[in-house]
Amino acid sequence: MSEQKIADYELKPGFKGMAEDTGSDQTMFKGVHWGKAMMWIFLLSDTFVFSCFLISYMKGRASTPVDWPNTSEVFSLDAFGVPVPLLLIAIMTFVLITSSGTMALAVKYGYEKNKKMCGWLVLLTAIGGLTFVGMQVYEWSKLIHEGVRPWGNPFGAAQFGSFFFMITGFHGFHVSIGVLFLFIYAYKVFAGHYESGKRGWFTTMKGDYVEIEILGLYWHFVDLVWVFIFAFFYLW
Amino acid sequence: MDETNKDQQSSTHKIGIYLWIWGLLFVLSFFSYMVDWYQFQGLLRWSLILFFMFLKAGLIMAFFMHLFWERYALVNVLLWPMTAIACFVVLMVAEGKYTLFTRLFYFFVGG
Repeated sequence: MSEQKIADYELKPGFKGMAEDTGSDQTMFKGVHWGKAMMWIFLLSDTFVFSCFLISYMKGRASTPVDWPNTSEVFSLDAFGVPVPLLLIAIMTFVLITSSGTMALAVKYGYEKNKKMCGWLVLLTAIGGLTFVGMQVYEWSKLIHEGVRPWGNPFGAAQFGSFFFMITGFHGFHVSIGVLFLFIYAYKVFAGHYESGKRGWFTTMKGDYVEIEILGLYWHFVDLVWVFIFAFFYLW
Repeated sequence: MDETNKDQQSSTHKIGIYLWIWGLLFVLSFFSYMVDWYQFQGLLRWSLILFFMFLKAGLIMAFFMHLFWERYALVNVLLWPMTAIACFVVLMVAEGKYTLFTRLFYFFVGG
């Protein structure tokens, strides 16, 4: 995380340090757990997948001569009889940011070996993610009920539905997988696997609180993608 | 692996920084929602949306994902490929405009 140290090796800061790390004929990501480096590489590839979706959405929207549906009307929700634009999306955004915050704190308490706080915060994060998926299911069923289909919709350009279901669906799938793993890891924290060093299922790696940080990276990435979807798909 | 991780586990950041970033993310999300609420249009809308988006993304990556404290070797491996995405965006903007032009041209002028 910070202040990495390696025995008998001087780590230099900045670009000079980067040049020496890269050219040292040793491991390149010095002081970084291999699981963390691998998660970052995975997230980088995932970034490309989501970028392709968002870019194809941008291209589809830019090249259609038909008007794009007005998202702030399509995604409005009736609150006490008054239609509020993007209300559900705003709540979903706040829920996801909240769960991202609890995850960041869980990582912090994990490194401090505070088992109880870490476990409860991971569990809270999982519940936040579950709430998000639940609201997304509601949003999908509402739009499907209103007649939005991948091949057309009553609001405007026919491409709207396919991009909407593809992008939010793929993001929702990421959230669902994240929630599943958050529950599993909450159990592992409470069961003390990271203190006893119990091994995981597919690895010879001994259990360690660094796994919570790796899980946290994934979860923050899901939040990060939502920031872009919120901006480009819902607000634009 | 083991010798590289013993030291880093003992050093964590103060809780204040996470709470600050958390609060900032809430405020920025609220502002970007307000962009839609007040129905800003045109260049103002786009620039505000992009400004809040990049600020939020930057805060999440720098502090929640700890990139601010990572070594440059990792940070640069992660951030430079994004320029390829930026190039792709620029290419597809041009392509989208061209597709729209040819569609309108052949639909209405008939070639």
